[in-house]
Order: sequence, then structure tokens, then C-alpha cells
Amino acid sequence: MRRGNTPLLIFILVLFGISIWVILPGSDIFGRDEFKLGLDLKGGSHLVYSIDLTKKDPAQTDADVIEGVKQKIERRVNEYGVTEPIVQTISNERGNFMLVQLPGVKDIDEAIKLIGQTAELDFREIVLGENGEPVLDEEGNPQWVIAKAKGSDGQERELTGKYLKPNAQVVLTPQTNEPEVAFEWNEEGAILFEQITQRNQKKPLGIFLDDQLISAPTVQAVIKDTGVITGVKLDEARTLAIQLNSGSLDVPLTVVERRDIGATLGEDSLRKSLMAGIIGAAMVVIFMIAYYRFSGFVACLALLVFVALNLAIFKLIPVVLTLPGIAGFIVSIGMGVDGNVLVAERLKEELRRGRTLGAAIEEGFRQSWSAILDANVTVFIACIVLYVLGSRLANFLVMGFATTLFIGTLLSMFTQVVVTRTFMRTFVGLGMAKSPGAYGVLKQ
Amino acid sequence: MIDLVGRRLWFFIISAIIIIPCIISLAVFKLKPGVDFSSGTAMTLRFDKQVELSQLRQEFDNLGYDKAIVQPVKSDGEIEFFVRLPEISSEEKTKLEEGLGIGLGTEVTVLSFDSVSPIVAEGTVRNTIIAVVVASIGILLYISWAFRKMPMPFRWGTCAVIALVHDLVVVIGVFSILGWVAGVEIDALFVTGVLAVVGVSVNNIVVVFDRIRENLKRGVSRDFEVTANCGIIESLGRSLNTGLATLFVIVALYLLGGTTIHNLVLTLLIGIATGIYSSLCIAGQLLVVWDKRDWGRLSSPRKQLETSA
Repeated sequence: MRRGNTPLLIFILVLFGISIWVILPGSDIFGRDEFKLGLDLKGGSHLVYSIDLTKKDPAQTDADVIEGVKQKIERRVNEYGVTEPIVQTISNERGNFMLVQLPGVKDIDEAIKLIGQTAELDFREIVLGENGEPVLDEEGNPQWVIAKAKGSDGQERELTGKYLKPNAQVVLTPQTNEPEVAFEWNEEGAILFEQITQRNQKKPLGIFLDDQLISAPTVQAVIKDTGVITGVKLDEARTLAIQLNSGSLDVPLTVVERRDIGATLGEDSLRKSLMAGIIGAAMVVIFMIAYYRFSGFVACLALLVFVALNLAIFKLIPVVLTLPGIAGFIVSIGMGVDGNVLVAERLKEELRRGRTLGAAIEEGFRQSWSAILDANVTVFIACIVLYVLGSRLANFLVMGFATTLFIGTLLSMFTQVVVTRTFMRTFVGLGMAKSPGAYGVLKQ
Repeated sequence: MIDLVGRRLWFFIISAIIIIPCIISLAVFKLKPGVDFSSGTAMTLRFDKQVELSQLRQEFDNLGYDKAIVQPVKSDGEIEFFVRLPEISSEEKTKLEEGLGIGLGTEVTVLSFDSVSPIVAEGTVRNTIIAVVVASIGILLYISWAFRKMPMPFRWGTCAVIALVHDLVVVIGVFSILGWVAGVEIDALFVTGVLAVVGVSVNNIVVVFDRIRENLKRGVSRDFEVTANCGIIESLGRSLNTGLATLFVIVALYLLGGTTIHNLVLTLLIGIATGIYSSLCIAGQLLVVWDKRDWGRLSSPRKQLETSA
């Protein structure tokens, strides 16, 4: 056995052991005890909103507006109760976008409304004519104007949602069991609300969300600090409460891309691909051992190490596994087989040329290196381009494929060059598999 | 020794027979773009009770979606429907679901829903084209660099890229044909598959070139044709075996994997199979054509190939 081989063997075995430990469920290393699955495997929704910066307040910078929108969306998503959401800004030559991923959300349409709505709340009074009667428009509807009052510094201020404390909540009216949203004004809001309720006694006060009338209760008494919004369904009330707490968005958002994956479809895909992967891998093992005999067997052991290392890295980074990501991983197993086939073929040739086993092994690995390196670099180039493309398109499927193929190809080089060689040297050093026939060399 | 180089004209003809229909299909029918590239809405629906295709089409008509394209898809013995619509909003989707449920008198399950607006789709097309071009240039440069010690390294890079383009034309052409025969649409995952084919296909070519390079260094023969043939024959075992091993896994994925990655896997399947062929029968042969300015013969070789090794 070559010097230096034993420490290397121990290193590989320790690495393998650690990988297995990391992969096993329950090893809560760094608090991660499960593989992270992408939306396509666990179901959910992938949304891209475009941010209309032309509607922003000129006093604010683009970056501030985008950051503000992001924080508010994060708050809305978190309050909605989504686990592991992703909220990310994307800026490119086509404009500014907000990527939102909501895993496991059932009522996606409601979630879309919750996230993307500007949710600007304001209180309006009915415009009264000189005779004290409401002024009606052509269709006979009363006209509403945003209620204004003097603030603490004597300035006229519009009564809007920005004076609310972020603690609005859904309550059920004791008598009717109807849902309503209870809110509380901050100091400034209380000053305005008091004056407005004062002058609107026995008159309706309109509550508008994004210029849509939600309800118009009649003011019964002067109110200062608190109020309720009625006339909403339960899910609407929940959405509204969350929106009031996060605050309204400074600019409008529109959905430009939406991808929903049903949870059943995701589970189904995961189960099927795993099955396919296992069957494919089993065929490869049979083929390798049948054709390359002992080299094939060693290659399969090395592939086992490769798969374990790969899965451990997926868990540690963590790599979000998607269906194309799994396909990328499987293709990289192909690359791993490839390097081993290259080496095994070389080994056969060198043995046919009449070299001793030890010399043939060293020569086989030395000769294969240039091909393994050059061939894999081209795959790296393709992966890097794919990854950049995926991130520019905000396509997590493309990125998933590029990531796993890259990691897999890198690891397969390590496996071929280090793991297979070390195993070979060890077995040969132990005096196993001495005849050329064990390497698939037929007697001439 | 088998002569794969002397009768190279055969391989060029075989390739032409496959490629010409692909090019014609691409020129005439182009590719059938999915929502990723053309914008719009695509959804997969499943119903609790059996629904006839004509009935569903009628229902879409009634709801005002007369441009809807409805196709039945079989999945695990159950019938699902793939529907293409112009881009619809969240509210329109809710109404559509309710409308279908009432009209057909059954529970509607939306298995997947993709909606892409033109602003996103345009960017996808542009970025995809840039990506393919950048990847090809990167590979051309790398191969030229890896073979820098050979005479005329650029020639190796160019031949590799021609063989690569050959593979890509076959893959993309087959999808063009599938587009008008079976209504297969291309999406971002198809592009992923194509770029993976770029990587894997060049990988195969490089292994063969590496062997030819080694034989040149060793001085196997004065005749480049013989040297190249040696390199290709010596790579034969490796190329076929690796290819087979990879194809085992991919065929398993194609047959057993979910429908989501069907197109990705099909792209890989065609690309890898073509890649094995082009690395053994096209790439090295092109080097010889370039070196000898001779397209080869159809008849048996005029001389017995002998190696000095």
C-alpha cells in the first residue's frame, strides 16, 4: 500500500460517517432536521409583483420605497401565518419586482389580495349642500370627501389609516356574531377622530379601502381612541386587520407572474422521482459490476460515498430541492459514473499492455485526469450560465437544476480522483482481486 | 480495428437526414412557446366526476373564454385537462373556477396554475438567447485554451462547437416537430435541459478530443486520419458505457418521474443520445475533414488502417 493512503482512507470514511449522520432524520445540526423542499415539491405559490415607481412620492428615493414595500409585505406574509416564506426584490432592465413565495398556502387568491393590495384606509364624510341635505351625483349616490380636522400642531390633516396603532384585530360582535375589525388610534389620530365624530353626529361616516366603500356606520357618539369596521366577511376581516397593521403600500403592485402548485401534485412528483432515481441507480450498479467487475464494484462504493456527501451538502448549505434540482443531481450521478468508467477503461488498457496491477492503477488515474478535468469544466461553464439566467428570470426551477448539477459535478470529480483511487489502492494493498479478469480484461 | 473516420461521409449523411427535417420544422412551425415565453395563463384541472372534453370546451365558451385551448392529459390513469388562456387575474380565476364548478356540476381542483405577463415573458426570451450564446462562447474559449498546445487550438474549439450545435439542432428540432404533432410547448425547463445538454454534450466531445490529443503526442501515426480514428475507437467503450449508464437513469426518470419534469427529461434524453453519436461520429471526423480537406467516402476504405502502437 502506498504511503499516505491509510490517512486518506480514514479521512474518507470519517467524512462518509459524518455525511450519513447529517442525512439521517433527527440529526438537528444547526437546527435543520429536514431537507428543504422547493415549492414544486411541497405545493404553494410563486408570485412576482411589479412595483410601479412612477406613482411614488417624489420626495422619497426608489430604494426607500422598495425597502418600505418589502418590509410591509414581509409583515403581511408573516401575520398571515406562512411558514418559510421568501420575499425578495429583483431589479433589472425591465423594472423593479418583488418575488414572494408562499409554501403550503391553500387560499392563494386571498393571499394575493392580502399581499398586493395597497390597502389605503381613509374615513370620509358626505358632502352636504346649502340646505343641509347630502349632495347626490347623477346616479343618486351621496358624494364622499375625505374627512379633515386640525391636528395637534393646528395643521389640517386627512384622517387615514396611517394614524392607526398596529394592533387591529378581528373580533366577533357579541350579539350578532358578525366579524368586525377593531382598531385603535394613536395620539394624533385620536385628536382628529374626536373632532370628526363630534361634527358628524347622527350622520354616516364612510370607511374606504383603496377608494372602495367598505361600510358607512352612523356616528352615535363622540369617539376618541377606538373604533370598529363592520360589514366585512370573516376572511376579509382577517386580511384587512393584517393590512392595517402592516400599513398601506406607498406604490401600487400588480401581479406579473404567478405559479401555483397543488400540494398533491408536489408530493406525487417527489415520490415518483425518488422511485425513478432509485431504480435508475440500481440499474447503474448492476451494469457497472457486470461490465467492469472489481473496478465496477469499487466505483459503486465510491458512488455511495458521493451520494452521501451530496445529500449531506444539500442539507447543510441548505440547497432548496426542486424537481429539476433532483434531475440535476441524477445527471451528476451520471457524471460520477463517467469518471469511474474513464478510469476503469484506462485500467483495463494498462493491464492489457501487461503492466502490473499497482502500476496500472496509478497510470489509469494519471492518464484519465486531463479528460476528467476538461470535460467537467465545460459542465461548470454551463451551470454558471444557467444559474445566472435563473436568477435573472427569478426562476427557482432553473436555479435549482444549476445548483445541484454544479455541486454534483464538483463532488464527482473529488470522488473519482480521491475516493475511487484510495479504495482501489486499499483493496489492492490488501491483496484482493489480483487477476486481470477481475477488472473485466478478457484473456486474449 | 473498426474504421469510424474513413467512412465519415456516411455519418454526415445520417446526420443530414435527421437534421434537415428538424431545420425545416423549425423554419416552418418554429417552436410552440409556453406561457414562460409567450405570456398568458396555463392551468391543469382535475374534476371529481368524469368530464368530456367537448363538454369542458363548451363550458369555457359559455364563460367567455372562446380562445381557450383545452387538452386532455393522462396522469396515473386519471384524466386531467391542460388549459391555455390569455393572462387572467386572480379575480377572473376565482370566477372561472366557480363557473366551471356550477356548469359541470362537479368539484374543480386546480392542480397547477401559471400566469405570466408579457413584461416577464419578453425578458425570458432575451435572457435565454443571451445565456445560450454566452455558454457556447465560454465553451469554445475553454476548449481552445485546453488544447492550446496543439497546432491550431481554435480548430478543436470550432469543431466541438459545430458538433454541439448539431446536437442542439436535433433537440430543438424534435421539440419543434413535437410541437405541431403533439402540442408540446417549450418552457423555462426546456431551456434548462438544452443548457444541460450543452454541458454534457461538450463533455463527451472533450473526452474524445483528449484521446486524439494524447495519440498525437504519442505519435501513433503520421496520418491524422489514423490518429483520430484510434482516439475515437479507444473512447468508444467509455462513451457507450457512460452514455448507457446515464440513459438508464434518465429513461427511468422519464417513465416513472412526474409530469412536471417530463419535458426536461425528454430534452436530456434526446440530447444525451445525440451527444454520444456526435462525439463518436461527427466531432473527430470534422477535425479530419478540416485537416485533409476531404469529406470521406461511402465505399470501403481504400487502405487498411494500421496503428504503430
